[in-house]
Amino acid sequence: MPRFLKLLHGDQTIGRGPAFWTGFCVVLLGALLYPLGADDYYVGNTAYFFIWIFMALGLSLIWGYTGMLSFGQTAFFGLAGYSYGVISINLGSAYGLTFFALFSAVLLAALLALLLGYFMIYGRIGGVFFGIVTLSVTFAFSQFLAQTAGPQWRIGEARLNGYNGMVGILPLSLPWSGEEIYIEGRVLYYLLLAMLVVCYLALRILVNSRFGNVLVAIRENPERAEMLGYDIRKYQLASFVIGGTLAGISGAMYTSWGQFITPATMALPAVAMPIIWVAVGGRKDLTATLIGTFVLLYAFQTVTVYSQQYALILMGVLLVLTVLFTPSGYVVALAELLQRLTAAKPKDNAVSRRVTRRAADD
Amino acid sequence: MDLLAEVFSFVFQAADVFAFLVLAASGLAIIFGMMGIINLAHGEFIMCGAYVTVISVQLGIPLPVAILCGALAAGLIGIALERTIIHRLYARPLDSIVATWGISLIVTQGMLLAVGSTWPGIGTPAGSFIVGEYTYASYRLVLIGSAIAVLVLIYCVFMKTRYGVFARATMQQPEMARALGVRTPMVYSVTFGIGAALAGLTGGLFAPTMTLIPMMGMTFIVEAFVTVVVGGADVLLGTAPAAIVLGVIKAALTAWYGQLFGQIGLLITVVIVIRVLPEGITGWLTRRRV
Repeated sequence: MPRFLKLLHGDQTIGRGPAFWTGFCVVLLGALLYPLGADDYYVGNTAYFFIWIFMALGLSLIWGYTGMLSFGQTAFFGLAGYSYGVISINLGSAYGLTFFALFSAVLLAALLALLLGYFMIYGRIGGVFFGIVTLSVTFAFSQFLAQTAGPQWRIGEARLNGYNGMVGILPLSLPWSGEEIYIEGRVLYYLLLAMLVVCYLALRILVNSRFGNVLVAIRENPERAEMLGYDIRKYQLASFVIGGTLAGISGAMYTSWGQFITPATMALPAVAMPIIWVAVGGRKDLTATLIGTFVLLYAFQTVTVYSQQYALILMGVLLVLTVLFTPSGYVVALAELLQRLTAAKPKDNAVSRRVTRRAADD
Repeated sequence: MDLLAEVFSFVFQAADVFAFLVLAASGLAIIFGMMGIINLAHGEFIMCGAYVTVISVQLGIPLPVAILCGALAAGLIGIALERTIIHRLYARPLDSIVATWGISLIVTQGMLLAVGSTWPGIGTPAGSFIVGEYTYASYRLVLIGSAIAVLVLIYCVFMKTRYGVFARATMQQPEMARALGVRTPMVYSVTFGIGAALAGLTGGLFAPTMTLIPMMGMTFIVEAFVTVVVGGADVLLGTAPAAIVLGVIKAALTAWYGQLFGQIGLLITVVIVIRVLPEGITGWLTRRRV
């Protein structure tokens, strides 16, 4: 098997084998055809779900693969969102400058992750402290933005507007033969879908590479990984920055999608959401995170229509139940169940088991 | 005379922040020091104490007794929670954070559904005194006194009682303590209960000074986290000195630059402290002692 395919297909991701990739292609085809048959509203709504998945995949990398529980995802989300807003308002949308705003915003989120990660990881903050420091920073950042209501809080043309949030942000757009094409609706849907597929496959390659194996080694036993000669801090920092960057993509895309952003996207209860999606779906696997996040977003929105409080209570209950009964996440648990059911059918003896195992290894 | 009044004002502000930090953090720090768990539902125990206190006062119970009722209620709920959920998670500290986070979400939103977003307050007990040209509320002195009383109480409970010996033994060497006949699960439950009761006490003490909303725990937790991170695992050797240091820093920054910079200053202090003293003040002090 070519090296490239082996990376897509390696040990750190549970979705493997022809059955999985057939399923992957079917889902992808379905996602590609979906806008042709569906109402505009539903297409936009599904695009909205896609936006959040980047942040969840990033947390899966930081928490699930590297073992660092981070509550900082919404801080990176917010920084990128606000940066996108400020830059797009100031530069306008000529010459495709909104894409420049997007890249700069994501870069700023990555820089914040680098700075914060440096102090924490090189200060050897681990375990539970990592969680509460990131949580404190996120709260402080959102509280800071919530009090920027006065007219003195402006960056260039952009007013931060405190608790009410920044408005008048331009959506992503491209100049096209004298006109501007706004990237919204179906176009945004396809853009996000493409980005999502690229991110997902790239992350699969990353976690199955040597780098990803070291991340998992750090998660399983940091001391041992260190004794084996790895500078685990570099790996942890790299993982944290990649995860923060993905949260930044979510933030900038969210702001472009809704054309506004408020500090509430970073505070409670929003800060709890990535943790819930990733934990309930299955943090130690990218595919489980992706599926789990999508399903939970859908469920949350469906219940929110009736009552936001009930939706949040449901999320809290799911989180507690997951931690108590299926710590690896429900998608992973279902996949394992499915595997056991299909594997139990043939009366296997030692030889056939060895053969299938070798086939699975190849 | 003027200078003296200014100095008093600064010391009073610092002591006020100190009291807030000690009260907000001690319950969290006891649970963390004992079990290595950060209880993210800490703010909800504070909220519970505050609501019970206010409702008790509105039922005609005098404020000091009502505050104790709040602490008791939070402590009992804490023990119940430990017995049902938390005790399963001691081997998985990260999962315990996540689980308490879920509990916090359920409780806050459940309270919003049950009591709505507002509840009539009881007002700060009257009384004030004047130093120089500034007026101070006497209740602030009560809070400062309570913070010191809490520290003394913690010292007495953990250093002078039979339970304290068991608790410290369990903290240092759980297997050994168990081998010597200490019922460690019991010690864990009681400790969690004490931590929750201290949170409830904090809620009760601050209830007269705050607006009662289900999300009020938020006001406390960031400062509580910061204090525990800077302080480290030990309440007396960590939380108390951390609260003094942070109290002075926050009071100074607030006096010169305003409330927001006080808070941001606290966070910057934390980030620097974790880079320099990874085990917090506790680690630093114990290393010097050895």
